[in-house]
Amino acid sequence: MDARAAVEEVYRLESRRVLATLIRLLGDFDRAEEAMHEAFVSAVEQWARDGVPANPRAWLVSAGRFKAIDAARRRARFDRSLAALARELEHSAETDPKLEDAQTLEDDRLRLVFTCCHPALTPDAQVALTLREVCGLTTEEIARAFLTTAPTVAQRIVRAKAKIRDARIPYQVPERNELPERLDSVLRVIYLVFNEGYSASGGESLMRADLSAEAIRLGRLLVELLPEPEATGLLALMLLHESRREARLAPDGTLVLLGDQDRPRWNRALIAEGAALVERAITSRRFGPYTLQAAIAAVHAEAATADATDWRQIVALYDVLLRADESPIVALNRAVAVAMRDGPAAGLAIIEGLLESGALDRYHLAHSARADLCRRLGRVEEARASYVRALALVKQEPERRFLEKRLEEL
Amino acid sequence: MRYVCLIYEDEKNWEKMPKAESDAMMGEYFGFTNDIKKNGHYQAGEALQPVATATTVRVRNGKTSTTDGPFAETKEQLGGFYLVSARDLNEAIQIASRIPSARLGSIEVRPVIEFNQ
Repeated sequence: MDARAAVEEVYRLESRRVLATLIRLLGDFDRAEEAMHEAFVSAVEQWARDGVPANPRAWLVSAGRFKAIDAARRRARFDRSLAALARELEHSAETDPKLEDAQTLEDDRLRLVFTCCHPALTPDAQVALTLREVCGLTTEEIARAFLTTAPTVAQRIVRAKAKIRDARIPYQVPERNELPERLDSVLRVIYLVFNEGYSASGGESLMRADLSAEAIRLGRLLVELLPEPEATGLLALMLLHESRREARLAPDGTLVLLGDQDRPRWNRALIAEGAALVERAITSRRFGPYTLQAAIAAVHAEAATADATDWRQIVALYDVLLRADESPIVALNRAVAVAMRDGPAAGLAIIEGLLESGALDRYHLAHSARADLCRRLGRVEEARASYVRALALVKQEPERRFLEKRLEEL
Repeated sequence: MRYVCLIYEDEKNWEKMPKAESDAMMGEYFGFTNDIKKNGHYQAGEALQPVATATTVRVRNGKTSTTDGPFAETKEQLGGFYLVSARDLNEAIQIASRIPSARLGSIEVRPVIEFNQ
């Protein structure tokens, strides 16, 4: 392999790790990015001459730090504070061997995830920054995935970096007592990225699978570095959803409901991995909403046919989930499961109560669930009215096609 | 009696101002500060970083929630302040979450501009 190909390979495998470490060492995102690029440029020259080093990542971190010291010295003529930075960087390199030990380097990626998902940043900025800095997506790719423009994404990232610097958001894994809130924020970002890839919030579903794959990669990284039960539960949930991706859209792009999916098309390897992770999270006894949702998805995955689904167990899991997370959307999902266990009339009674409370009035799935139960009870006019209401609220093309089809079939 | 003088202004004014004008205004601030230091009125005073650096901390049901921005509700009024020193924003958030009113209202955490760096 020639040196350029070797550098490209190392870039693909290691650049995010190198960047994470340089951000810690240099204390600044932009300086770290610049130093990393310069380090890779020298790698192309030097590796061609001297061969690829035994530990390319360590070589790059060290080259990046020296590039940053050079850059700080050059600019020190204009900015006196940079002279101090250059001295500090040199000093720390000589005196602290722990700066580059294997565990510290591994933790740098986790530090970066927690900094990018800090709750003091806006939710949009958390997502954009995580995809840019941790996953290495370009601003154009992020913009395309979230149906916005590259300058908008770039501005979000610039503002977030400015807040990290000016408000001094630290580059560290949170302490034990901060962990619950901070981990929630990281899990929410990962799940949001996954869902954006799995069921886009608007438009046609192009290039979205990449986003889900990115979220699963992040989920694996988190479980590897911080094996908290809810992180495990979230990874399980994403894998179990992902196992059904192929089966959930008909060839014409219409959404296929879980009960109507062609189950042999489900990905068994992903289901096996997801189910094992659910087990692991449940036995910890410190699980939460993600693990419970994953457990529900696992019950579905284990049923060979829709009729064989264990609805009693699913309702029981929803009961626990509702105690952990009192959201009307969870209550709606539970009502659908009750309808499967006890018949459509029982589910409909719960859904009508939820709709009367007003919380779900603008949520298309509440109206389509009501429509479906009315249809099964032969109450055609009510079903029609609810499908029409759901269609007025739906944003996503495959779901729109599904609802139109159901309305025609009445 | 002691009084707090809270400074409200459109922070965009500072961005729009020509440099000569903002330098003059800063000079005026330093002059005023020295003046009230000399005649004994001065107790404390700080310039704050722009509002984009603000973080709001609330505690509900024993759980701390942190959000971007200054999100006091319109029915909440400024009731007091602490000037604290902390290693970083995380430590400042932890301190803020222990202020009793964090359980009922909200605490805005905003970094101070350090002029002598």
